[in-house]
Amino acid sequence: MSIVPQPLTQFPWRVLALLLAIAGFGTIVLYSSAGGSIFPWAANQAVRFCIFTVMALVLSRIPVEVFARYTFPAYGAVLVALVLVELIGGVRGGSQRWINLGFMQLQPSEFMKPIIVLTVARFYALLPVGEIRRWNAIWPALVLIGLPWALVLVQPDLGTATMIAAGGVTVMFLAGLPLRLFIGSGLTVAAAIPIAFSFLHDYQQKRVLIFLDPESDPLGAGYHISQSKIAIGSGGIWGKGFLQGTQSHLDYLPEGHTDFVFATMAEEWGLLGGVLMIGAFLLLFRWGLRVSMRTQDKFARMAAAGLTTTIFFYVAINLMMVMGLAPVVGIPLPFMSYGGSSMLTVMLCIGIIMAIDRSGRRQRRPGNWA
Amino acid sequence: MKFPSKRKPVTEASQTFTFTRRAMVVGGLQGAIGAMLIGRMGWISVAENEHYTALSESNRVNLTLIPPRRGWILDRHGRPLANNRTDFRVDLIPQRMVDADGTIRHLAQLLSLESDEVDRIRDELEKSAGFRPVQVADKLTYDQFAAVSVRLPDLPGVAPSQGFSRYYPAGATVGHLLGYVGAATAEEYKERKDPLLITPGFKVGKDGLEKAFDRHLTGKPGAKRVEVTARGKIVRELTTRPDTPGRSIKLTIDAGLQEYAGRRLATQSGAVVVLDCQNGDVLAMASMPSFDPNSFSDGISHLEWNMLSQDDHVPLRNKTLQGLYPPGSTVKPMVALALLEAGVGPQETISCGGAIRVGNTLFHCHKRRGHGPLNMRGAIAQSCDIYFYQMAQRIGMDRIANMAHRVGMGQRFDLPFPSQSYGTVPDPAWKERKYNQKWQVYDTVNATIGQGYMLINPLQMAVMAARLATGRQLMPNFLFGAPRPDPALVGASEDHLVIIRDAMSAVVNGGGTGGAARMNIPNVLIAGKTGTAQVRRITMAERAGGVRGNSSLAFKLRDHALFQGFAPFDKPRYAVGCIIEHGGHLIRNEDAPMIASDTLSYLFDPERAMEKLVTLEKGWGGTPAERQNRQMAAFRMAEAIRKGEVPPPEAADASNAANATEAANASVPLPEDGNDAADAP
Repeated sequence: MSIVPQPLTQFPWRVLALLLAIAGFGTIVLYSSAGGSIFPWAANQAVRFCIFTVMALVLSRIPVEVFARYTFPAYGAVLVALVLVELIGGVRGGSQRWINLGFMQLQPSEFMKPIIVLTVARFYALLPVGEIRRWNAIWPALVLIGLPWALVLVQPDLGTATMIAAGGVTVMFLAGLPLRLFIGSGLTVAAAIPIAFSFLHDYQQKRVLIFLDPESDPLGAGYHISQSKIAIGSGGIWGKGFLQGTQSHLDYLPEGHTDFVFATMAEEWGLLGGVLMIGAFLLLFRWGLRVSMRTQDKFARMAAAGLTTTIFFYVAINLMMVMGLAPVVGIPLPFMSYGGSSMLTVMLCIGIIMAIDRSGRRQRRPGNWA
Repeated sequence: MKFPSKRKPVTEASQTFTFTRRAMVVGGLQGAIGAMLIGRMGWISVAENEHYTALSESNRVNLTLIPPRRGWILDRHGRPLANNRTDFRVDLIPQRMVDADGTIRHLAQLLSLESDEVDRIRDELEKSAGFRPVQVADKLTYDQFAAVSVRLPDLPGVAPSQGFSRYYPAGATVGHLLGYVGAATAEEYKERKDPLLITPGFKVGKDGLEKAFDRHLTGKPGAKRVEVTARGKIVRELTTRPDTPGRSIKLTIDAGLQEYAGRRLATQSGAVVVLDCQNGDVLAMASMPSFDPNSFSDGISHLEWNMLSQDDHVPLRNKTLQGLYPPGSTVKPMVALALLEAGVGPQETISCGGAIRVGNTLFHCHKRRGHGPLNMRGAIAQSCDIYFYQMAQRIGMDRIANMAHRVGMGQRFDLPFPSQSYGTVPDPAWKERKYNQKWQVYDTVNATIGQGYMLINPLQMAVMAARLATGRQLMPNFLFGAPRPDPALVGASEDHLVIIRDAMSAVVNGGGTGGAARMNIPNVLIAGKTGTAQVRRITMAERAGGVRGNSSLAFKLRDHALFQGFAPFDKPRYAVGCIIEHGGHLIRNEDAPMIASDTLSYLFDPERAMEKLVTLEKGWGGTPAERQNRQMAAFRMAEAIRKGEVPPPEAADASNAANATEAANASVPLPEDGNDAADAP
């Protein structure tokens, strides 16, 4: 028993410290990326982080049952929004992703990332235990995932569509569906890739091909990957030093403050910075998965693990992209990349996981929250 | 529908167990991917660090080469024949241009470029390989340079720079001797892959000595390292290494004499070569008219090129080395030396009756009434053809050809020039080889008066003069102080040489055909031999009705006028060879003997020689540069009228403009003195 009052010990200090470390580091990188200025990015990003942290803490006070209850309505609402995007959305950069609400640009596909996890988790939570090995356990989930996936894919937004599918499928896996289904469909997907490839947009095909051989077009479409690898590679073990990055400061690295912020960081902080950052993210994922494993409630535990995995997908796809292991798909790095939408999504995930953590701890004895 | 299940039924507890296990798998996968990412990053940033650091540096640092200053070309006294001038210039980098037309228009307006310059730029842009800079203009004033520099953001692909350009103080008179410099061609770049070749402002030697000594004259480039952004904006200068100028070369040429010789060739199409009789050093080698290497080195305009290539005085050909002419009577001293060697006595006389019959052809002397009885001295002085027709038949062609070779005819010299025509000395074996025909007596007869197959270039003619003067096989040389072996002897005895030198002096000073070459220097007598080379066949019918005078013939049909000689005649110091293409001995002061003699006189008394030249030039319309500028202006006007860009103001004016082209050239010389013209066959 601690002498510290319970509300204080219950406050998720550790994870907040972790987030603060990552986001603080991200702000420092953005400061450098702007040529040693807190404007236009670092200040915004810091303010945004504070606002969204408060939002996450508010979310964490909401009982898990509330999330469970509103999951399906939220899913329906976002699905409608996705259809609206398809009908009236604004086109930018060859993709139709936004709805202009007048006061802000809304990107519904972004919200679909956590909501698909909650929805599939909710579905399996409601599914009677014995049904899990039946066909009835599969097709509704596939429909639930497939609808938004297809709507996002035709926008077209390959990265987000992939993340939606991956998030949903992860929850299906966690729900306990037979393992051979995943192995079998994994093989099928591998076989279907060449066919799927032919259905991609020209620019998407190009991105994939250039990802496979970025040096083939170092000044054209392969430019992003080439320059990003140059930035990371030239950083070495210790980096070129704070504010000393040439790739980012001389504008060779495109999108150095958004999708390729990791390269900006790696150039100045080297392998050391990269290992620390990846380590911090792994700690965050460990926290999320631990929360899920501690939780007894089926919906809650699947949601916690699924949302953690959603954040993981952000990080993994982005890092693979900047290191030349994945095509350029436009997935930002959480807390580091400049931009509100992704941070909002990730903070939603964090907030819900914190709420699950809080609920779970209430059911158990107090004090043991790590 | 139900999946076939061999397992135990799923319960709440087993599902929780499955979840925990699978969550650990997910966690494990995340950890594994995290580890893989760290591994990948380690690979890129540690194992491949060197590679990417190099790439990052090559991104960041832009290495600009500073073209090295070209080595000077000096004359024998150390005066510059070619040096470098600081200049402001503007180039275009075709690759970086966005709106070529707009950019050129803007530049043309800023720099007030002539329309033919604009045409040249367009032309070169089209032919350019993209990376090779195209010169817009150089020798700009600072104001023009600044005007372009401040507008750079609106003019992508425009590269103003401050550098050095080649300058030839003597202009056109050294054109063929030195050649010119110009930007390297795309082929040269492909061959050598030297980035220096595509650096704006870097020039390579294109012709003449500039080309032959290109490596020697080219220095080591300097370099400027600057940090640039991805958009090409220069952030700061990192380091600058200055260029190492090329080494200079010192020629045997006398700059003053070279310029004098070029100017003294007047309005004629001709060549003068002067050699030092002590060692064969070439003191002057002028071929006129010529291009101005200064304007060639800047990138010549279309118009100027057209004008030069259309000119019937062939300013683009180096006549001293590439021009081949029948030597005419200038070979007679050489033939006489062969006669002496063959045992013909100098006092043996031949009576010239004006013509002799060889086979079934009647061969005439240039003097229709004949010279009467002549010995060798008289025959050379009067240039009697009959004497040589007769005597040559007596000794045969082989002996003459042998002597011709020894005095340098048909000889190819090892000279630093890309092309050299070395002519022909015909003999029976040669004719058999070349035409598969037997040598005929009339071939010998033709050859003894330097006609027929015999061909020589002006340099060889000067060499012949020098070898006749010294009896040594002097070799022409262009590098000052170049070590060379003692020349071999011609093989003629000193007695014979004295006879020849004396006879050649008589040509000029003893009432011979070369009286016009008399030199007004105390104690210096010039010796020489005149020559006339027919370029057309005179038919029997024409001869019967009187041979047409040169003045009534078209320029291309007129005789070449030649002169070879040396001074002083008794102690030869300098030798000269001069050829006036289609001169036809029409104007006494623009004829070969007087040009050769005045040129030699410059070596003895430069002031008086110059005084005479300046007086003469007033009659020719000024210096070569002034005449060429006028010709250019007239040509530009004529061209504009032809294209309809400028309406012919009045018919009379237009024809004036057209005439001016010729007048500047003075290709229609006035026959001024009939007696003198006949004086020098």
